[in-house]
Amino acid sequence: MKTFVFSIVLVLSGLFVSAQSKTVRLLNLQQLEKRVSNTDTVYVVNFWATWCGPCVKELPNFELLQKTYKNKPVKVLLISMDFKSKLNEVKAFAASRKLTSEVYLADKPSEQDFIDAIDKKWSGALPGTLIVNAKKHIRKFYEQEFTYAELNKLYLSNQ
Amino acid sequence: MKKYFAILMLAVAGMVAFKADNAGYKVGDVAADFKLKNVDGKTISLANYKAAKGYIIVFTCNHCPYAKAYESRIMDLDKMYASKGYPVIAISPNDPIGEPADSFDNMKKLAAQKGYTFPYTIDETQDVTRTYGAKATPHVYVLQKTAKGNVVQYIGAIDNDTEGTNPNKVKYVENAVNALLDGKAITTSSTKAIGCSIKWKKGV
Repeated sequence: MKTFVFSIVLVLSGLFVSAQSKTVRLLNLQQLEKRVSNTDTVYVVNFWATWCGPCVKELPNFELLQKTYKNKPVKVLLISMDFKSKLNEVKAFAASRKLTSEVYLADKPSEQDFIDAIDKKWSGALPGTLIVNAKKHIRKFYEQEFTYAELNKLYLSNQ
Repeated sequence: MKKYFAILMLAVAGMVAFKADNAGYKVGDVAADFKLKNVDGKTISLANYKAAKGYIIVFTCNHCPYAKAYESRIMDLDKMYASKGYPVIAISPNDPIGEPADSFDNMKKLAAQKGYTFPYTIDETQDVTRTYGAKATPHVYVLQKTAKGNVVQYIGAIDNDTEGTNPNKVKYVENAVNALLDGKAITTSSTKAIGCSIKWKKGV
């Protein structure tokens, strides 16, 4: 009986944890650049924030892209530009929206430097999307929202 | 005649291209005055500030986390510089239908609650926002009053530390206004205004 109760508690706590949190790690510029320099994979990097309406609206399109091409060498990275102090909010958001792509919180000691390094032309407005195909020396940044069709086309034309 | 027509066409094309290029002001441009409704019901124009040496125009709003993070720093700018001839004039650029938190009533409430010492105006037509080329909230334009008009001397962010965690932050707006007051050159006259995008009216 004790074992039974214990296993129920375990199962419940497991459920609780999975419903309450999703792994969201801090990611700085150097870590991001290193990741996208990998020549085996095409990276679709979306910059978003929990408070940004248009960003939240387009997130499912990025999720769908990752699911559609789960057997292809493409990786969607969802990088939150929320304040660094909002890590728990971003985790809760990612959990409640059941985000399955990799989610990060940008660690940016200077926003000006971070945004300039991603793309000189980026005003800093969200959402923004970066596509990198290191093997083909492709790196493009878009300060705009994407429909799924547009996103699919973006990937297919840069894969 | 043909040549004349071609030149005319070129001129027209140039005008169209100029009009379509909605990039807004650059440093060195002369900024247009405006008439905007303030939270106290009065109309605000730059021309009303007879004694001003210039202006700190801040496009900001109620709802945006960046605007909220910078709110006290905007209030401090007015406290520091209004008496020195550079008052803050805040303009809310957003469409209240798209962003109800930025309605005129909510602006009035916030200004009263926080005790704003500067005008908090609403750009109902969004024409001023478009003319200036503001892209985000907060987005600052420091103007200097000169014989040829109000010349844009700085465009961009208030500082490089939205969250206020970096003790070595670069205070762009303070540095720019201090330089103007001292008659010196501005070191950094343009930065990226990082914040929430402007909520434009739909279907215009």
